[in-house]
Amino acid sequence: MFDDISALTLARAQFAFTVSFHFIFPAFSIGLASYLAVLEALWLRTKNEVYLNLFKYWLKIFALAFAMGVVSGITMSYQFGTNWSVFSDKAGPIIGPLMAYEVMTAFFLEAGFLGVMLFGMNRVGPKLHFMATLAVAVGTFISAFWILSANSWMQTPQGFTMNAAGQFAPADWLAIIFNPSFPYRLVHTVLGAYLTTALVVGAVGAWHLLKDKANAGARVMFNMAMGLVAVAAPIQIFAGDMHGLNTLEHQPAKVMAMEGHFQSHPDGAPLILFGIPDQKAGEVRAQIAIPKASSLILKHDLNAPLAGLETVPREDWPPVPIVFWSFRIMVGLGMLMLGLGAFSILARVRRSLYDWPLLHRFALVMGPAGFVAVLAGWVTTEVGRQPFTVYGLLRTAHSAAPLDAPAVAASLLAFVIVYFVVFSAGTGYILKLMSHAPHPGEPGLEETPDQPIRTAGITPAPGIHHAAEGDAS
Amino acid sequence: MSPALDLPTVWAFIIAFAVFAYVVMDGFDLGIGILFPTFKPGRERDSAMNSVAPVWDGNETWLVLGGGGLMAAFPLAYAIILPALYAPIIIMLLALIFRGVAFEFRWRDPAHRAFWDVAFTGGSIIGTLAQGVTLGALLQGITVEGRQYAGGWWDWLTPFSLLTGVSLVVGYAFLGATWLVMKTEGDVQAHVRRMAGWLGAATIGLIGVVSAVTPFLKGAYYENWFAWPNVLLTAQVPLLVLVGTVLFFRSLMRGHEYWPFLLALGLFGLSFVGLGISMFPYVVPGAVTIWQAAAPDSSLIFMLVGAVVLVPIILAYTGYAYWVFRGKVGQEGYH
Repeated sequence: MFDDISALTLARAQFAFTVSFHFIFPAFSIGLASYLAVLEALWLRTKNEVYLNLFKYWLKIFALAFAMGVVSGITMSYQFGTNWSVFSDKAGPIIGPLMAYEVMTAFFLEAGFLGVMLFGMNRVGPKLHFMATLAVAVGTFISAFWILSANSWMQTPQGFTMNAAGQFAPADWLAIIFNPSFPYRLVHTVLGAYLTTALVVGAVGAWHLLKDKANAGARVMFNMAMGLVAVAAPIQIFAGDMHGLNTLEHQPAKVMAMEGHFQSHPDGAPLILFGIPDQKAGEVRAQIAIPKASSLILKHDLNAPLAGLETVPREDWPPVPIVFWSFRIMVGLGMLMLGLGAFSILARVRRSLYDWPLLHRFALVMGPAGFVAVLAGWVTTEVGRQPFTVYGLLRTAHSAAPLDAPAVAASLLAFVIVYFVVFSAGTGYILKLMSHAPHPGEPGLEETPDQPIRTAGITPAPGIHHAAEGDAS
Repeated sequence: MSPALDLPTVWAFIIAFAVFAYVVMDGFDLGIGILFPTFKPGRERDSAMNSVAPVWDGNETWLVLGGGGLMAAFPLAYAIILPALYAPIIIMLLALIFRGVAFEFRWRDPAHRAFWDVAFTGGSIIGTLAQGVTLGALLQGITVEGRQYAGGWWDWLTPFSLLTGVSLVVGYAFLGATWLVMKTEGDVQAHVRRMAGWLGAATIGLIGVVSAVTPFLKGAYYENWFAWPNVLLTAQVPLLVLVGTVLFFRSLMRGHEYWPFLLALGLFGLSFVGLGISMFPYVVPGAVTIWQAAAPDSSLIFMLVGAVVLVPIILAYTGYAYWVFRGKVGQEGYH
């Protein structure tokens, strides 16, 4: 069954599948951890119960998303070795320490304080609890810093020499960490994570506003989420544009694929809005294009020349159709986010943020848009890096472990089955939590009313207290 | 073999520390998963699970540090060992997914709690078995050619690797039982105390069997243990195991609550030292030494600066998290 598919293709499919699934969870939890910290800070400052209720509401969702992020992340840290051993041997001296720093500065911080954040409110008091929430939120950001530095180094490698064993040996760590594409990728990805969370929070708020526009919790979360979308969406489009210009400088072939430019355009390149890229023929069929607009965007000059993929050896072309389409999906969703933000500003001006059902329906439909955009952007940048793992230096085909196709096929199948069972169940539980309207006296993780046993288990303090009073039954 | 404390040696100790920290911490919470079916559904199971719910996440992070650290400090070893042990490692990862999400999912879905309880136990048993098999397969040797694994896809499956797999399942269950002696009271504690006795005897017996077989797997192992005058030092390890065994059973019978767990950790520590004596200075036994596998000095120094500062801080706040959730998992107020 798998005879005609190479072990390399299967290994790539497995990595793409597992990393895409994994990426969904941090994309959500980076923003959600910050949101929880903001909610708790607002509660501590104002003592307004609605913030505490919202905090507890989203904390339960965070706990689920975080657990799924952890278990899918452990898989990633081993897959470099199991499936990409040659890459690990050669690039390990650079990628390895960056990931080790991620573990030491971020993972332990998150995991260490997560228990206190989830279950410790009654044990440590609100102030220390807030520090724990803050530690988790900062941890998610530090994690993004290191892993995106490592990823960016694979895109724009520098600061190394090649040693006798054929390894990339670090020569200048600052140059490695702050490689040319890193600042752009970090800003663009973290903004993407914030937008993703804001869209989810906004959709949940909108859903409950559609049912009951007086719900205080729903109003607060919708207000906060739409505020963030309105501010962050335009910044994100600007940041994305800067990131694109940086890519043009360092990885021109990727931009050629994103734009669908097979041919060179010596006097102004058209912006292809839609079309069907044909990698074999080296052309985009049935294209709808705006003349010279691509040169305007990329070079800020209508008549600036832009080279096409015809100037790049064919064996160095990325898979153009995937990059072309995923880029358009990301940009299209970005424009819709901009539209949602503008719509919400209009609603504020008209003082109808909480009773304009059309806005709420729009926000509801946009709930998953952040995930799709983040994944599409990720596909654009990673598939656009092909056919290399370390751009221009180490080919993907020369990076894989010496595995046979049946072994990889079996593991890929197992991953697909397990991930669909586990993560669709988890997503279902998250949706179930979201379907409950936030309400006063929102139960936390340690005090959910239909789970009295957990109270005993997770916060033994009350249990000990009762026992001390002789109230043992 | 240079006795000087060079960078690869320092990193071998740091990685060994991370792996041992993982075995110690995730060992007892995987052990609780293994013992899970022996508790009655309802209160007993809930408190067993809740005794580790706030800390399992941090415990598992040591596994990521072990893997990530190996890639960073000994990339060649990482690149050889992981493909060689492809099947057990993939199985371990999948098993850990099931048991990790079960912590959350069983509370979110009472209708399917029985399913997630099975996932919790099954994930714990299979994950542990796979870790033990991985260890055995590494110890018995890996075929290497150039810079790559060159053996077959079932090389890892041998009677010896199955023995180490089963031993680890029993050993983790032993750690879990002694942890629960510390964290529970009443009927549950009486139950786990009995279990701790039987599992302790079984674990120590299996340590004996594995230790007896290991020196005969590879020439170097035998040399490392029995060459004169090293044997004067190495002989202390089995002697200390004997002392630990006596102390453990004494503390269990006298009704101590903390000592059984600490002594169980001590026995694991001694086994780990024994493992180190067997393997050193090889990281892929019989094929690649730590000096051959080490990353360039610029990698090792860069990480060492971070590790020296950060690992003590990590240990401090991990300790704090354990301290916050110290004491018994309460029950009395909620009958």
